[in-house]
Amino acid sequence: MNVIVCVKQVPGTNEVKMNKETNTIIRESAEAIINPFDEYAIEEGVRIKENTDGSVTVLSMGIPQVADLLRETIAVGVDNAVLLSDKAFAGADSLATAYALSMGVKKIGKYDLIICGKQATDGDTAQVGPSLAEKLGIPHTTYVRKIEQITENYIRCQRMTEDGYEVIEMPLPAVITVVKEINEPRLPSIKGKLKAKKTEVMVYNADDIGADKNLCGLKGSPTQVVKTFVPEHEISGEIIEGTSREQAQKLVQKLMSMQFMTCK
Amino acid sequence: MSHITIISEKCVGCKLCVGACPFNAIEVTEKKAKILDDCTLCGACVSSCKFNAIDFQKDETDASVDLSEYQGVWVFGEQKNNQVSQVVSELLGEGRKLADKLSVPLSVVLIGSEIEGQAADLIACGSDNVYLVEHESLKNYNDESYADIFVQLVKRFKPEVILLGATTYGRSLAPRVASRLNTGLTADCTSLDIDPETRNLLQTRPAFGGNLMATIICPNHRPQMSTVRPKVMKPLDPDPARKGKIIRPDVHIPTELSVKVIDIVQTLCEKVNLTEADIIVSGGRGLGDPKNFVLVEELAEVLGAAVGASRPVVDSGWVDYSHQVGQTGKTVGPKVYFACGISGAVQHLAGMSSSDIVIAINKDPSAPIFKIATFGIIGNVIEILPELTKEFKAKLV
Ligand SMILES: Cc1cc2nc3c(=O)[nH]c(=O)nc-3n(C[C@H](O)[C@H](O)[C@H](O)COP(=O)(O)OP(=O)(O)OC[C@H]3O[C@@H](n4cnc5c(N)ncnc54)[C@H](O)[C@@H]3O)c2cc1C
Ligand SMILES: Nc1ncnc2c1ncn2[C@@H]1O[C@H](COP(=O)(O)O)[C@@H](O)[C@H]1O
Repeated sequence: MNVIVCVKQVPGTNEVKMNKETNTIIRESAEAIINPFDEYAIEEGVRIKENTDGSVTVLSMGIPQVADLLRETIAVGVDNAVLLSDKAFAGADSLATAYALSMGVKKIGKYDLIICGKQATDGDTAQVGPSLAEKLGIPHTTYVRKIEQITENYIRCQRMTEDGYEVIEMPLPAVITVVKEINEPRLPSIKGKLKAKKTEVMVYNADDIGADKNLCGLKGSPTQVVKTFVPEHEISGEIIEGTSREQAQKLVQKLMSMQFMTCK
Repeated sequence: MSHITIISEKCVGCKLCVGACPFNAIEVTEKKAKILDDCTLCGACVSSCKFNAIDFQKDETDASVDLSEYQGVWVFGEQKNNQVSQVVSELLGEGRKLADKLSVPLSVVLIGSEIEGQAADLIACGSDNVYLVEHESLKNYNDESYADIFVQLVKRFKPEVILLGATTYGRSLAPRVASRLNTGLTADCTSLDIDPETRNLLQTRPAFGGNLMATIICPNHRPQMSTVRPKVMKPLDPDPARKGKIIRPDVHIPTELSVKVIDIVQTLCEKVNLTEADIIVSGGRGLGDPKNFVLVEELAEVLGAAVGASRPVVDSGWVDYSHQVGQTGKTVGPKVYFACGISGAVQHLAGMSSSDIVIAINKDPSAPIFKIATFGIIGNVIEILPELTKEFKAKLV
């Protein structure tokens, strides 16, 4: 079975502070990492490959440096790495990203399953997976927490919901997005690390994958950011003093008077 | 191609743009700013420059869509077990405001089986129209059939704004539909407004785990679609006297489905449904020992509250992942959130900072959780929790 795993590079920290005087954002510079959810996607892909024979290809759209991160995934069992990199892809929203990835998938060719992370930690949109499935004209299931069965032409999986889970069956090829409950990613092996060093990442630009530049990057993105700002957390806080007993009593009194605690 | 460039003659190397860039994509060398490859063309730097030294060349997207053809605000009437979800009344409350600003009707799309009985409630909650699609095959949410029907309705009736709950279903359906319609979709919005001049929907949402807010528009495409975080928008008081229409549009119902929902399993009882809970009691590593987690559960029991947890507690196996609150867990917005022995790391705050009232119990007065707490108790959580439980028990009978 051939699996494609979509992997995004994200900043290693989300700390953003505001310099109140200059009204600018101070970002702790931190190294870029693979989106944490995508690590679970990679692990699941590698497990499927091990159980069924086949290959795992990681696919990413990003700047040239992403190649180094992709190469590292070879060490945990990935076979091929493909990077879509072109100035034309810059500024892509989830629709333009899904379009570019869909063209990348077509370039890779044979696949049975595409796995994405639940969401990326920088944008938190969780939209690329379903949107990609639509662009490819194949079904999808989000928030997969377990694959119950996978055969040549179908998959049965559990999707996490607010109050439990659902069991869904779909024909392959299909897209799933995974939550971290699905597995425990392995650590890279020494043999894998050596292999990673020797592996070449395939880098394609928009022309290589036959992408229409009008549908890529900022130009192909219906949504536009018009403003960014650091949220102010109101600090109206009140510290409740006293012994544990007194603190508890005062708090309960305050909450009761606000009439939140009327139900049992 | 769109690009951002520094106008070298005007740049004084002041580094204001470096600070303004959320992506660390600007560098200053030899007193001149330089845009690096990481640039995502977000434009945050342009307005930060006091010297007009940043040039943003934007290729306009082809405005092939006649925007004026699209009118009206829609809400997806998500339902489960024939019961419309709580978030729908919140969307109607917000949708009503947007529709009034645009002077257009507000409608709900209700898809299900034998669900007509819910339509009156939706009208009472603010809707002018209910587009009702009923078929026995539509009893449960299904990505394939629901997306197919929703797209048919959008193409026929052309709404300008569509709101869906940022729920499991909403966040699966919305991107599928937006992708088929080739329109924009903004995820997990926490505030919405209308720009009266352009009629554009101003969609504000957290990014980077809540550390940065972004306002997003979709100027050249219709409909403008958003998923909206549950528990953020306020529902209207239901008015049974409100008048509205129930419309049964003639749509093709796909019955040969490739995606099949085999089973729906409920593992959490109603009150533990974190995303819809009014009160949440959450425990963190400060509880010290897995056996102390029961103190959190006991307080929750008395309050009829849901139980939440920080990530270390989940990672150490004290409670199931389904209880995790935060960036990699659930996003919640209850009326009251108890953070017991939780430090308040940004990733945790990302999941709960829209709670109305936050109560922090922590022995460290400098713990960041106190920065967002409405009420803070500095003390030992192991002693305070039993006192609270006892006190509530006495008062809540
Ligand atoms: C990519 C990423 C994603 C993440 N996602 C999440 C997420 O979704 N949710 C999440 O919660 N975290 C998440 N984290 C982890 C997060 O950064 C913090 O590590 C975590 O939230 C800390 O949990 P805590 O507050 O329970 O533990 P700690 O930070 O260890 O805090 C324990 C607190 O308890 C207090 N305390 C100790 N003993 C007592 C006592 N007897 N009485 C009272 N107070 C006491 C201490 O003063 C301290 O403030 C994520 C991290 C990363 C890198
Ligand atoms: N630029 C990208 N390259 C490859 N995969 C991506 C990219 N952006 C998003 N994805 C995939 O889509 C998932 C959801 O991302 P998002 O919709 O941005 O929250 C991620 O976990 C990745 O699997």
